[in-house]
Amino acid sequence: MAQTRNPGDRLPGDIVFETRDLRIGAIQHDGSEIRIVKGVDFKVRRGEVVALIGESGSGKTTISLSALGYTKPGLSFTGGEALLLGQDVTKMTTDELRPLRGISVAYLAQSAAATFNPSIRINEQVTEAPVLHGTKTQAEANAKALDLYRALELPDPDTIGERYPHQVSGGQLQRLMAAMALCGDPELLVLDEPTTALDVTTQIEVLKAFKQVIQEEGAAAIYVTHDLAVVAQIADRVIVLYNGEIKEAGPVHELITNPVHPYTRRLMAAIRPMPEAGQGEDSSDEHLRADPALAAKGIDAGYGVIGSNGKAAIPVLRDVDVAIERGKTVGIIGESGCGKSTLARVFAGLLPASDGEIHLDGERLSPDLAGRTREQLRKVQFVYQMADTALNPRQRIRDILGRPIDFYRTAEGMTRRQRVDQLLEMVELPLQFADRYPHELSGGQKQRVNLARALAANPEIVLCDEVTSALDTIVAANVIALLTRLQRETGVSFVFISHDLSTVSSFADEIVVLYAGMVAEQGPTDRVLSPPFHPYTRLLVSSVPEPRVGWLEEAAQTREAKAGASGSVQLTETGCPFFARCPVAIAGTCDVVDPPKLNDGAGHIIDCHRSLEELGG
Amino acid sequence: MRGLILRRIGIGLITVLAVSIIIFFGTKILPGDAAQIRLGQQATPENVAAFRERLGLDKPYWVQYLTWLGNFLRGDLGISLASDVPITNLIADRYKNTVIVSCLTALIGVPISLMLGIMAAMFPGSLYDRILTFISVTLVAAPEFFTATLLVLLFVFALDIGNAVVVGSTEGKGFFELISHFALPIATLSFVIASQLIRMSRAAVLNVMSSPYIEMAILKGVPRGRIIFRHALLNAIGPIVNVVALNLAYLVTGVIVVEVYFAYPGLATLIVQGVQSRDFVLIQGLGMIFCLTYVILMLIADIAAYASNPRLRHPK
Amino acid sequence: MSNETLTPGGAHPDMLGGMTDPEKTGHFVAPYDEGVSFDELPDSAPKERFRLSLTGWIGAIIVVFWLLVAVFGPFIAPWGENDLPFPDDYSEFQSPRAGAWLGTDVEDRDILSRIVFGAGRTIGIAFAATILAYVLGVVLGIGAAVSGPKVDMVMSRINDAFLSLPTIMLGLVVVAAVGSSIPVLICTAGLIYATVVFRLARALGMEIMVMDFVEAAKARGEGRWWIITREIWPNAAMPLITDFGLRLIYVILFISSLSFLGLGVQPPQADWGSMVRENLGALQYGESVFPVLAPALSIATLTVAINLVVDDVSAQAGGRLSKRL
Repeated sequence: MAQTRNPGDRLPGDIVFETRDLRIGAIQHDGSEIRIVKGVDFKVRRGEVVALIGESGSGKTTISLSALGYTKPGLSFTGGEALLLGQDVTKMTTDELRPLRGISVAYLAQSAAATFNPSIRINEQVTEAPVLHGTKTQAEANAKALDLYRALELPDPDTIGERYPHQVSGGQLQRLMAAMALCGDPELLVLDEPTTALDVTTQIEVLKAFKQVIQEEGAAAIYVTHDLAVVAQIADRVIVLYNGEIKEAGPVHELITNPVHPYTRRLMAAIRPMPEAGQGEDSSDEHLRADPALAAKGIDAGYGVIGSNGKAAIPVLRDVDVAIERGKTVGIIGESGCGKSTLARVFAGLLPASDGEIHLDGERLSPDLAGRTREQLRKVQFVYQMADTALNPRQRIRDILGRPIDFYRTAEGMTRRQRVDQLLEMVELPLQFADRYPHELSGGQKQRVNLARALAANPEIVLCDEVTSALDTIVAANVIALLTRLQRETGVSFVFISHDLSTVSSFADEIVVLYAGMVAEQGPTDRVLSPPFHPYTRLLVSSVPEPRVGWLEEAAQTREAKAGASGSVQLTETGCPFFARCPVAIAGTCDVVDPPKLNDGAGHIIDCHRSLEELGG
Repeated sequence: MRGLILRRIGIGLITVLAVSIIIFFGTKILPGDAAQIRLGQQATPENVAAFRERLGLDKPYWVQYLTWLGNFLRGDLGISLASDVPITNLIADRYKNTVIVSCLTALIGVPISLMLGIMAAMFPGSLYDRILTFISVTLVAAPEFFTATLLVLLFVFALDIGNAVVVGSTEGKGFFELISHFALPIATLSFVIASQLIRMSRAAVLNVMSSPYIEMAILKGVPRGRIIFRHALLNAIGPIVNVVALNLAYLVTGVIVVEVYFAYPGLATLIVQGVQSRDFVLIQGLGMIFCLTYVILMLIADIAAYASNPRLRHPK
Repeated sequence: MSNETLTPGGAHPDMLGGMTDPEKTGHFVAPYDEGVSFDELPDSAPKERFRLSLTGWIGAIIVVFWLLVAVFGPFIAPWGENDLPFPDDYSEFQSPRAGAWLGTDVEDRDILSRIVFGAGRTIGIAFAATILAYVLGVVLGIGAAVSGPKVDMVMSRINDAFLSLPTIMLGLVVVAAVGSSIPVLICTAGLIYATVVFRLARALGMEIMVMDFVEAAKARGEGRWWIITREIWPNAAMPLITDFGLRLIYVILFISSLSFLGLGVQPPQADWGSMVRENLGALQYGESVFPVLAPALSIATLTVAINLVVDDVSAQAGGRLSKRL
C-alpha cells in the first residue's frame, strides 16, 4: 500500500480528496438513524487549502475526519463515497486504512495538549508515523523533524524533541503537532480548529507558520474552523456548512466579499470588524463627571495564603485602578492568565483583595462576601462564562430565576410568576421555558437564562465573565445585541470581560487592557484603539485577524517584531510586566521602576516609561 | 517528586502511629484486667496487684503505650495472656503458612489476572470480554467461602482430588510441592483477587484508551499492538500498579477467612483465637503486624502512582 | 429547523471543483428561501433512555426475591429456626428429604427454615448498618466539604487513619473489646463503612462546591443551609444512591465474614455466615454438601445480584475508541 513519492511528482490541480454524496449518521439501538452529514460533495486539489466553516453541530469535524476513513465512536458512514487519492476510504477496513493514515493523510487536532501522549518524548511521537510505515528510516525522520522544527520557528529545535509534552508551552505544542502531521510528507492535511484554543498574539504566529509550511510542502489541506477571519488568511476555497449540508462554496475572496446564501450573510454579519480609529463612540467629555457606580483603587489580589507582607502566595493582580460609570460598559481585555476574571471576582467579593479599596455608590465595600450587606450583594451581579456549570442542573428555570427574586425581594408589586415571565421576555426566551431544566436548553438559551438570573436582582452592575466565548459566532452576536438592548432599557452598567478585542470594542464604552495582572492602558474605546498605544495594546490590536485576504501577510510585516509567542506572561514584583516582550523596553528602567501613568487629559491613561509622543508613532 | 515521596512516607509513618494508638487503646477498653485474666479467678488481690506491677499495668496509659510500642519496634510482642508463651514463639510456627499462601497467590494470581484484564480491554464488547466481565462481576461480589465451597465441590467431591482441609507439614517442600499443598487456599484467594484485578485493570486500560492521544495514534495509523503496549499501557501502569498493591493489601484480610475455612494454622487463625480468648496482648501484636503490612502496601500503591506520572518524573 | 433541501448528490459537482477553470468562479450556492431562520443547532444528540440489560433484570429479580423472603420468610418457613423437623430421628447432616428439602444441619435443624430466618437477619443487619454508614458518612462528609479547610483537614486525617486499617481487623478489635451482639454488629459495620462513605460524600461535595452555580449562590448571599440542601444535596444524591448498592454488598460480605469467623451473629440465631461456619464439618469430613453450600450460595446470589444491577446502572460509556483501532 505504501507508495513511494517525492514532492516533484505532485502536480498542482490533481484531485487529492473528493467526497461524493457523503453521508454519516449515528445508528441508534432501535435501528433508527440520526443523520449528521446529509450528502456532501466537494473536492480538494493539490496545493489548495479548503476551509470547512460552520457552527457546532454543522458536521464540519465529522466531514473532515472522513478523509482519514474515520468516524467518531458512535457514528458510521451511511452512504456516498470519500475518495482519498482515488480510493474510497469509507469502504476500507482498519487494516487497509492504516498505511494511508499519517502518510497520505495527516490530522491536526484542536488541542495539542490532549493529543500528545504525556508519557512519550515529543520526537518519538513526531517521527512515529513515517518510521512505523517504513517510508522513512528513524534517521531520515529525525532530519525531517528537525527541518520542520526550524521551519515552524520553534525554540531550541535541536533539543525540543527530547522533551515531554508538558515541558513545552501551548503555542509550541500546537506547532509541534503540525510537525507531527507533516513528518510523513502527507498529500492531505486535515486541520481541525488548530488555533482556536490559542491566545490571539500566539495564534498569528502559529497561523503564519502553518501557512508557510503548507505552501512549502506542496500539500493539500482541509481546514476546519468557525472563524471566518482565520479562513480569510489561510484558505483558498471555503465551504459553508449548516446542519450537515453545504450551503455555499467558493473561492475565499468571492465568498467574503460577495456572500449570497442567507446563512453565509448572517455568519459574515456576526463578525464585528474592529472599529477604525475615531469610529467608536466618543464619550470623552463625560469622563470629567466623576460619579462612578463602582470604583476600585490599588487592588492587589491573588490565590493562596496571604503572607506576612500582605501579598497572596500566588499574586495575580497588582495595583489595579478601575472605575465603572453608571449605565456604561467597561470592557476588560487581556490574554489568558492576565487576571481579568480575577478582577471580576474581586469586584463580586468572591475573592477578597489582599489590598486596595472598592467603593459602590460611594460606600466602601467589604473585600469579602460575608462583610457585604444583602443590598450591596444585590447591586453587583456576576454572570459566568459556562452556563452549563453556572445553572444548577437539578433546578427548573423558574426556580433558578425565582430565587433571587425572593431573596432580594425584587418582584416589586408583581407576583413571582409574573416577574419570571418578565425576565424571560427580557432575554427573549419563550415563557414555557420556565418549567424546563437547564439541560433541555441549547447553549445560547442557557446563557440567556444565566443573564436573566443576574437581572432578576435588579442590579446596578453586571459582571460578564467571557459570556460569549463558549458560544458560536451567530449566537454570540445575538447575545451581544441583547446586552446592548438591556443596557439601553434598564440603565445597568456592564463589566464585559473577554479575550476577544473585536467583541469588546464593538460595544464597550471604555476599555481596560490588562497584562500580567497590571493595567497597561485604559480609557474610552476609540482612544484606546487609536494611537498613542501602549506597546502591548499595539501588539494586541495588530494581532486580531481581519476577515480579508492578505491581512496575515501585512500584519506579519507591520506588527511589532519578535514580540509574539516568545515570552511567558508573568506577574513581576517591580517594573512593567511587559518588559520581557516589549520592543521599546528600556533596560534598567522598565524592569525596575513601575511605569508612570501617562494621561492625555481625556480619561485615556497609558502606563509606560515612554512618552505619549514616542508611543504615538 | 522526591519531596512528594518523602512526604508520603511521612504520612505513612504518622498513619502507623495512629494505627498503633487505635489498636492499643482499642484493646484497652476490654473489660477485665490483663493480670486477672492471666492469673485466673482464684488469684488473691495481692497476687494480682503484684503481677500488675510486674507487667507495668499500674503505670499511666501513655507510659504503657510507649513501653509497648518500644517493645514492638524491638521485636518483643509480649507474653500471651491465654497460654503464657511469648507471642513471638506462637507466631514462629505459623507465620510461614500465611506468608507462603499470600506470596504464592500474588505470584500466580496477579500476572494471570492482569493479562486477562488487559486482553479484555483490547477487545471490548467481544464475546471473550463479555464472558470474562460476567465472571468477574459475579466473583467480585461473592464471599471467599462461597468461592472456596465451589472449589471444594469441584475438586474434592466431583473430581476427588485433594482434601477439604489442609493438613500436614510444609517442611522440606519445594516450590511446586508447596503449590499443591496449598492448592485450594491459593486457588480461592487467586479467584477473589483476580475478579478485582481483571475488572480494575480492564477499566484502567479502557480509561486511557478513550483519551484523545489514543485517537491521534489511531489517526496516525499506529498498529493495534503498539497502541496498546506503547501508547496506552505506559499511561495505565500507574493505575494498574496501584490496583495490584490495593489487592495485595486485601489479601491480608482475605487470608483470615481462607485459613479458617481450610483449617490450617496461620497468623489469621491465631488472631481469631486471640479474640475468642480475649488475649489482647496477642491481638495487639498481630493487629500491628497485619496493619503494618497493609499500610506499607498502600504506601507502595501511592508511590507507584507518583512514579508513573511523567509530569512528576520529568519536571519542567 | 430549515426546510431547505439539497438535490441528492448536491447536483453541482462541476461548480464545486472549479479551480482549474478560470471561466467559472466555482461559486456554489445551495437553494434557499429568504426568511428561513437558522436556529442554533442542538448541543448534542438526544440521549438514549436507560434500560436494564438482561443480566440487570436477572439481578433485580433475585434481589426482589430475597427481599420478599427476608420480609415474609418467618411466616412461610416450614419450621422454626431452632425446631427439629425429625425429633424422633436425630442425626446430623441428614440429606434432603420430605420435610427438610435442603437437609438438616449440624444440630439436625431444617436448613431451609434457617436460610429463610437467616435472610431477614443477614439482610436486616446489613441494611441497617449501611443506612447508619450513609447517615454518618454523608452528614460528616458533606459537612467537611462545606466547612473551612482546617475543619476539613482534621476530619479527613482522622478518617484516613481509620481507612488505612483493614476492615476485618477493625471489626475484630471492636468485637474483642465489647463482645458480639446484633446492635454491636450494626454499629461496628456502620462506623467502619461510614469512613468510606465519608470519603465519597466529601469528594462529591468538594466537586460540587467548586461548581459555578454554588459560587453563584454564595455570591447571592445564601446561607450554608440553603447551599447544602438546595445546591449540593440534589446533585450529590444520585451518585450516592448508586453507590449505596455497592456499599451494601461490602457490608453483607463484612458481616458474613465476621459471622463465619464466629465473631458475628451468635448461635443459636441463624445467619448465613454463621451457618457456613457451624456446618463446615460436613464439608471437611466429606459428609454432605448442602449444609455449607446452601447458606454460601444464598449470600453469593444476593450480593452477585445486587452487583449485577449496580454494574448495569453504572456501566460507563468509556472504551468505545478501542473498536476503532
